[in-house]
Amino acid sequence: MSFFTVDGISLQFGGLKAVDSVSFSVEKGEIFTIIGPNGAGKTSIFNLISRLYDPTSGKLFFEGRDITEIPAHQIAKLGIARTFQNIELFENATMLANLLVGRHCHATTQLWQEILFLPSVRRAEKEHRRKVEEVIEFLDLQPYREKLIAGLPYGVRKVVEVARALCSEPKLILLDEPSSGLNVEETDDMSFWIRDIRTELGVTVLMVEHDMSLVNRVSDRVLALNYGKVLASGTPAEVQAHPDVIAAYLGT
Amino acid sequence: MRFVFKTDYNQDIKLLKHGGYWWSYGVLLAVMIAAPYLVGSYLQSQMVFVFIYAIVGVALIILTGFTGQASLGHAAFLAIGAYTAGFMQSKGIPFIVYFPAAAIITGAVGAMVGFPALRLSGIYLVIATIAFAFIVEEILARWESVTHGNEGMRVRTIDLLGQPIPRDGDAFYFLCLLVLVGSILLALNLLRSPTGRAFIAIRDSETAGKSMGIDLAGYKVKSFAISAALTGMAGVLFAHKMSFISPEMFTLLLSIEFIMVIIIGGAFGVHGAVLGAIFIVMVDPFLTALKDDVPVLGASLASSLGMSPEGAGKLRETMSSIGSAAGLKGAIYGLIIMMFILFEPYGLYGRWLKVKLFFQLFPLYKKATFKRQKTYVKSERNR
Repeated sequence: MSFFTVDGISLQFGGLKAVDSVSFSVEKGEIFTIIGPNGAGKTSIFNLISRLYDPTSGKLFFEGRDITEIPAHQIAKLGIARTFQNIELFENATMLANLLVGRHCHATTQLWQEILFLPSVRRAEKEHRRKVEEVIEFLDLQPYREKLIAGLPYGVRKVVEVARALCSEPKLILLDEPSSGLNVEETDDMSFWIRDIRTELGVTVLMVEHDMSLVNRVSDRVLALNYGKVLASGTPAEVQAHPDVIAAYLGT
Repeated sequence: MRFVFKTDYNQDIKLLKHGGYWWSYGVLLAVMIAAPYLVGSYLQSQMVFVFIYAIVGVALIILTGFTGQASLGHAAFLAIGAYTAGFMQSKGIPFIVYFPAAAIITGAVGAMVGFPALRLSGIYLVIATIAFAFIVEEILARWESVTHGNEGMRVRTIDLLGQPIPRDGDAFYFLCLLVLVGSILLALNLLRSPTGRAFIAIRDSETAGKSMGIDLAGYKVKSFAISAALTGMAGVLFAHKMSFISPEMFTLLLSIEFIMVIIIGGAFGVHGAVLGAIFIVMVDPFLTALKDDVPVLGASLASSLGMSPEGAGKLRETMSSIGSAAGLKGAIYGLIIMMFILFEPYGLYGRWLKVKLFFQLFPLYKKATFKRQKTYVKSERNR
């Protein structure tokens, strides 16, 4: 059994098939990229994996376990974290608070303990804070600890979102267009970080991306989608040379 | 300008971030403890109301300011706390039992109100909470065996372990102060722990919160329950302070006053509850004084400017008839809310922070420091 498997998954909105029996599997330690034109169903697949949507049919397996029926808020605890295409940070909180929310799935303290702020809560908080600091150092976010997200530039927000996902110590991270809206330099940084996430932290990466130069640089395998259906999969070069993929992007 | 050099994670966790705060809050607490011996009985009684309103303000800041769930039903929670106290006391249950019992009962009702909140947001949630408040008001008027209906209910003096605490005495003042300080500490502890951050996450992005492992339903219900329980405790104190409770004391206008407490004070920090409570409680005697004095003042000013005595008398009558018009208070409240939302959405506490920063940075303060930053489009698809 693969590390993560999507088995014949479909998602239907009324008459529209957003995702049409898509199957693929991701191996541990891999960087797997999903590409496709706008509206191909890439983000829908992410929303299915993070259980924001219920699939019409098909199954999802993570580490051999069926996660198709698990509620969305328990996905993070299993070890799947994600970022969002349009940045979903907690705008009116500091970056530190945002990253600490990333630790939420590891929170063990009870409400009554927190109200009294017992020593056990303080210990747990310091431990969370230490873990967050490791991520801050990993992604060079030191200047922004006490800054409100609302005041941060777009490029930094993108990185903060990746940091928040990493704070949950995931085994699989879903990156939804990590380079959208970034300039060339920031995209370069992002490509290094994506590789570091895989090699240094040992986190498997599943991403959706449009920037083909980034895809070519970091991906081990690529899956091309169009109209919710799989067009091709394989190495970046194979997929880009595939006639169906060329047709989907250039038109016939 | 003070720079706090951080060498320990505890420094991010502790409530008083540096030595200066020990001084300022210590002085504040000392003044509060000394106040009953310094001020007159009227002002002391007003301060007790400030404390009660501030407890409700803290409750609303947890619910509205931090969890983002608006409520116009907090007068009903106050009523439930007040009636629980009145009823239990009449059955001979001691204060030390019915005070926490009121909090628990109100908290349970709050959790029940929280359930519809799972599916409602924004204006629809406000409407649902108003409906809840009306239902409670109606129940209080009809359930005569417990509440004595519209006749109202007398609430006797608190008997704390054989020690009476009269509602005008110093002991009652200290009891309210203690409950207020306690609820502020409770709120602050909550806000620096995972639950508080989950509340903030729900406020700012439910989708992201869910993906980060936050059980939206559970935390919304928790937020409602905590907020209601605090309001219930304030209700017990309110009942004893008034010494008489009846359904028409807990109307929509009271809920609006509570919302005003946090809008005027600033909903993003617990300080706002206290500042807003001071404003709301003190604005009433101010308005009353204005109603009595402005017509006289206006008339004498007009006559000194050469107006005939009849004309001045007429002016005075017109002004006092405007001053005593029904609904004027509501109109003035509405105007105050609008002014704050338009010109100082962060409330008095936000204004205080700006003034403080001005002096800290003097002479380097930039005019655009607090200008609204550009906000980026957020995905509405996953809502």
